[in-house]
Amino acid sequence: MTATTSPPSNALNNAFDRTRTALDDSPPYVRPLLYAFGGLAVLSIVRIIAGAPEMTAGTTFIAAIAAMSPIVFAALGGLFSERVGVVNIGLEGMMILGTWFAGWAGWHWGPWAAVVAGAFGGALGGLLLAFVTVTFGVDQIVAGIAINLIAPGVTRFLSSELFVGRADGSITSSPAMSGTVQRFTFPFIAGGSFFGWHTPDPLGWLDKRRWFLVSDIAALGRGFTTSLAFTTILALVMLPVSGYVLWRTRFGLRLRSIGEKPSAADSLGVAVYRMKYIGVTIGGALAGLGGAWLAIDVRAYNQDQTAGRGFQGLAALIFGNWRPAGIGAGAGVFAFAQSLTQRAGTAPVRALFLLAMLIAVVLAVFLFARHRLPQAFGAIVIGGLAYLYYLSSKKHGVNNQIVFITPYVVTLLVLTFASQHLRPPAAEGRPWRKGDIT
Amino acid sequence: MRRRLVYALAAPVLAGVAALTISAIALLAIGENPLDAFRAMWESVNSADSVTTIINTAAPYYVMGLAVALSFKMGLFNIGADGQFRLGAVVAAAAGAAVTLPAPIHVLYVILVAMAVAGAYAAIPGALKVTRGVNEVVATIMLNFIATGITAYLIATHFRDPKIPEQAQTKPLPKSAWLPALNRPLRWFGYHLPSQTVMQGFLIVAILTGVGFFLLVYKTRFGFDLRTSGANPRAALSSGVNPNAMIMKTIILSGALAGLAGMGPLLSDLHLYGDIFPTALGFTGIAVALLGRNHPGGIALAAVVWAGIEQAARGLPAVGVPQEIGKILQGTLLLAAVVAFEVVRRYGQAAQVRDAAAKAEALHRNVPLGMAAT
Repeated sequence: MTATTSPPSNALNNAFDRTRTALDDSPPYVRPLLYAFGGLAVLSIVRIIAGAPEMTAGTTFIAAIAAMSPIVFAALGGLFSERVGVVNIGLEGMMILGTWFAGWAGWHWGPWAAVVAGAFGGALGGLLLAFVTVTFGVDQIVAGIAINLIAPGVTRFLSSELFVGRADGSITSSPAMSGTVQRFTFPFIAGGSFFGWHTPDPLGWLDKRRWFLVSDIAALGRGFTTSLAFTTILALVMLPVSGYVLWRTRFGLRLRSIGEKPSAADSLGVAVYRMKYIGVTIGGALAGLGGAWLAIDVRAYNQDQTAGRGFQGLAALIFGNWRPAGIGAGAGVFAFAQSLTQRAGTAPVRALFLLAMLIAVVLAVFLFARHRLPQAFGAIVIGGLAYLYYLSSKKHGVNNQIVFITPYVVTLLVLTFASQHLRPPAAEGRPWRKGDIT
Repeated sequence: MRRRLVYALAAPVLAGVAALTISAIALLAIGENPLDAFRAMWESVNSADSVTTIINTAAPYYVMGLAVALSFKMGLFNIGADGQFRLGAVVAAAAGAAVTLPAPIHVLYVILVAMAVAGAYAAIPGALKVTRGVNEVVATIMLNFIATGITAYLIATHFRDPKIPEQAQTKPLPKSAWLPALNRPLRWFGYHLPSQTVMQGFLIVAILTGVGFFLLVYKTRFGFDLRTSGANPRAALSSGVNPNAMIMKTIILSGALAGLAGMGPLLSDLHLYGDIFPTALGFTGIAVALLGRNHPGGIALAAVVWAGIEQAARGLPAVGVPQEIGKILQGTLLLAAVVAFEVVRRYGQAAQVRDAAAKAEALHRNVPLGMAAT
């Protein structure tokens, strides 16, 4: 009996599994590159159909890479917290603390002090969440909500004491930051200066040609190489660094083991409470960095500056299946939609709806082929709605509010249609006391 | 029984003391005398006008607290009450302004539209949870933002009042859709409010909702199933409760109540939906439900305390203290309360175990060994 049900050897499994493709056996970097290539090809087709060349212009990608940074920070904050098993609804509150501390330190000592102070402010929020959920075992959702309610109050109180009446500060904003953060453009490929010499800008030249696909790839390249604030570079670097720390170090293994099975980690001598504190506090610091990024970007703390980016980070975390590469992709998609709305002209935004319709149709065909009829029907309905809006926007113009909801709709769709592929940390959300056997 | 009462009171008292202490420390840190500040806060609530303001503010908080508490009671986290109430309010405002009806029916019509829309919107996370296993916390957070986008879109386009092009808001509701003020009925009972003070009629709605909530949750079969599902889902399942149906019913009802809460500002105060409409009511409802321990009585107290702190803080600038200390007080009170409830719960559980052990031991000692077997 056991002999017949035991899984066949791996090679045999591969031979009989029809869904297995060559892609699965290729090196790990091939798949994301293919996705990016395919995505750009679709974008390129859409911009040509919709007559919106600026949709994939280099400037759009430059804005998107910048807009992506705070979301990346927030999502990585959520990653560290949730990998030790603590659900972090309080990311938004921690980001708010980050913006305030960054605004305060930046006003006194400039943007680099703001980075440090922002991380510190966010870490305070993380420490509070850890204190309440780990030491007292309060429900994590409740604690997160409480932090989101408290953070705006605390920062407003601090502003009333430390900003009102000083320089151009007020109850809702800090005095302007002294100095700006440096920006960097790669020489030789994106036209940055090299020891004072203005190098040529081949990517910019290709971008301007607006050739099918080639120019779009160049434009994406410009996004990653042109006018990058150092804080943005920090965000982009933190993605692989987080991945390395969590998956390639002993420390990371311990952190993750607590999010999966705390009792097992405990039995092997991992200090569960302490590691939970560390994970949640690092998470808070990262969310705080996201806040600092926002404050440094406009060189001041402003009330409500975060505008839900903590929740977008949470969305990117889920979209990205609790992994850094996925987080980068999710944050990138959300930021791309945002940067489109900020650009003049409605054509690129309208093109976005055409894109949504095309994706829905492709998805519907794919689902239909797999005999998943209800899902296919759902995809057709969503595609139809997107197309209807595309048509109506021709007459009435587009409303940016509709684009504003993109990240949230995308996340809901991913949760709805791909939830079986999502794998959150197993022990997430459950308070654990020493001695528990779960 | 006596011990249970002590435990029930210990947590709120502890939380209150902790919140006041932390606020006092914050005040000391900025060089203010906490006693002066607290006296100014007390004076700011100690008038008929202030009490009326507090009650007017607390009434929608209360209904929103009930909406959230209903879902919490069965272990569902309806974080989306905020989006549900706003979507309900904007559609109800537009629908109410579009028709002419006699007064009582018009009010009822607006309320029903709001509850239906908010309930339907709440059905989305419910359906996602039941059919696809999507976590309702994440789904409702996303739906809050989606509701923000949709309402902003609606008041900017289809529902916009064409007479006021510079403001994105709906047409004002006609007088027939206003909830009457309670000043006159109060006069019949001998309470004379100052002439500028208006006791809003939504108070009656809030009280009726509270009574209805109590009867539904504690006196009906549905309420029993709801509480069982929250306390022990497995026990509920084996007693024949259909968990999916329970989730759908609860979240839709919770959403409908959230929609009702939005009727406070709409029917009793602003009479239109626009940028001035309160936005964070749903989150206040969560705070109030947590503070009130999901009990209709506790939530009522919590709503009054929450609104009371807001009113009290308005007296602070007069003595040179930032008004924001009120927010600190609210926040620390909430956090201290959830911690205190958990600590007291655990302490009570440990005490129960100790008691039971002591009783068993006493029994064992008093009964001769041979007798225990018979």
